[in-house]
Amino acid sequence: MFSYCSDPSTLDTFRWFSCYLTNGVHMQFYLSFLKVLGLLAITAPVALAFGFLGAMAARARFAPLGWLGRGYIAVVRGVPDIAFFLFFVIALDQMFEWLRHKIKCPDWTEPIRRGNDFLVCPQAKLPLGTSPEWVHEAYAFFLAIITFALVFGAFAANVLFGAMRAVPRAQLETAEAYGMTRRQTFWRILVPQMWVYALPGLSNLWMVLIKATPLLFLLGIEDIVYWARELGGTKTPRFTDFPHPDWRMWYFLFLLVFYLAFTRVSEIVLDRVMRRLTHGQATMGGEAQRKAAA
Amino acid sequence: MKKLLIGAAALALSATMALADTVRMGTEGAYPPYNFINDKGEIDGFERELGDELCKRAGLTCEWVKNDWDSIIPNLVSGNYDTIIAGMSITPERDEVIDFTQAYIPPAASAFVAASKDVDLSSAVIAAQTGTIQAAHVASMGGATLVEFATPEETIAAVRNGEADAVLADKDYLIPIVEDSNGELMFVGDDVALGGGVGMGLRESDTELKAKFDAAITSMKEDGTLNAMIKKWFGEDAAVFD
Repeated sequence: MFSYCSDPSTLDTFRWFSCYLTNGVHMQFYLSFLKVLGLLAITAPVALAFGFLGAMAARARFAPLGWLGRGYIAVVRGVPDIAFFLFFVIALDQMFEWLRHKIKCPDWTEPIRRGNDFLVCPQAKLPLGTSPEWVHEAYAFFLAIITFALVFGAFAANVLFGAMRAVPRAQLETAEAYGMTRRQTFWRILVPQMWVYALPGLSNLWMVLIKATPLLFLLGIEDIVYWARELGGTKTPRFTDFPHPDWRMWYFLFLLVFYLAFTRVSEIVLDRVMRRLTHGQATMGGEAQRKAAA
Repeated sequence: MKKLLIGAAALALSATMALADTVRMGTEGAYPPYNFINDKGEIDGFERELGDELCKRAGLTCEWVKNDWDSIIPNLVSGNYDTIIAGMSITPERDEVIDFTQAYIPPAASAFVAASKDVDLSSAVIAAQTGTIQAAHVASMGGATLVEFATPEETIAAVRNGEADAVLADKDYLIPIVEDSNGELMFVGDDVALGGGVGMGLRESDTELKAKFDAAITSMKEDGTLNAMIKKWFGEDAAVFD
């Protein structure tokens, strides 16, 4: 990074650290923070959408749809995250490849499963074996988002399902009395009012999601915890210009500060959202706001 | 739109033509001097240099991929990369699941390292990396207790902080650590010979690729470059091929 970094062993402490903290591996460490934040930013809305669909399906009057929704919530909530991450991602990847294989290589005669090997024709590989490394990484990232969204979507579905039932029955009856259809009642009365009941549960999920990102490494994505462990490990002078003893404690301390700061910011934002949603609601919070204003 | 389609078709075509030649090399990146991440954040080490040379001799374009040791074999068989080149010893158990090329490092000693000279290995708590031949050896030692860790680094840390009395690992991995520990760590007991040498792991169905790498390893053995490379990374006393 800096011109004086060519021989770090001769530098004073401050300059040594200025070189150490800006070398290539550390840049990848910093990049992994962006990766994690990006993953959260994409996963949260997608998971919420999955949850909303799941909750809608679970309360559908058409029975098979109801079973589907309830089945999704029950199965995904019941399977341990780590098992889900190990099994589901490989299965999903193989399913994509199998589908592409059927479309792209109809005259391939050799079996796909050979002993332990899973072999599709080279054109059906996802991503293609020839793709540059970033395509592979983007694909892994995409699989990670789907998996996270499915897992957290199931929890969100349960939260939203409960929230939809918590909206006072009187509100819905009034809507019906005004002659609204079921669809109108759902979108105009139920959905706008349910968020205030859903938010405490959803905010819990968000906090858990923030801290679940180390599961990323199971999917081959180098997240912040992987790099902290890798960088903090003892480095002997033979293989690096920056030898140091076991510094994992310091790296993990930094992660601790990062996670605490991040969850604190989240809390502040969620509090604001809660205040907004409470406005004009027939809840204790809404009543308190009304009295304070009056 | 049309231009886009033609472009896509050209891309697809060129991709098919190059298909046979790109080989993805999977490694752990946490086991110096075999493989590690250097200051630039690239994969480096004996296996990086060896792998690049083998690919050159076999006429292949190679791309390096990092993968966690625990899931290194499942990801190979499901096709996320094409080879494992990660200091993996050839053992009958692994050979049932994947195939190995001939060894590119002769069977080398594993050694015990402890923080004090008077550790009694027959009743000690011994650290080893999960899923290694060393872990299997400790488990079969009888009196000793095995504690497993996910990375080699953690096995050493366990000895330093007293969680384990000793660590069993490849001697080539331990030598630099002992030498740079200012006398805190030392070799204890006798070395043990484990495994059938270190080879490259491939899918059992990938016989063509295996033949290519076998031929490249043979040519490197014959002209002496492999032995020179082993000496460069593991020191003058390292075991070499005759």
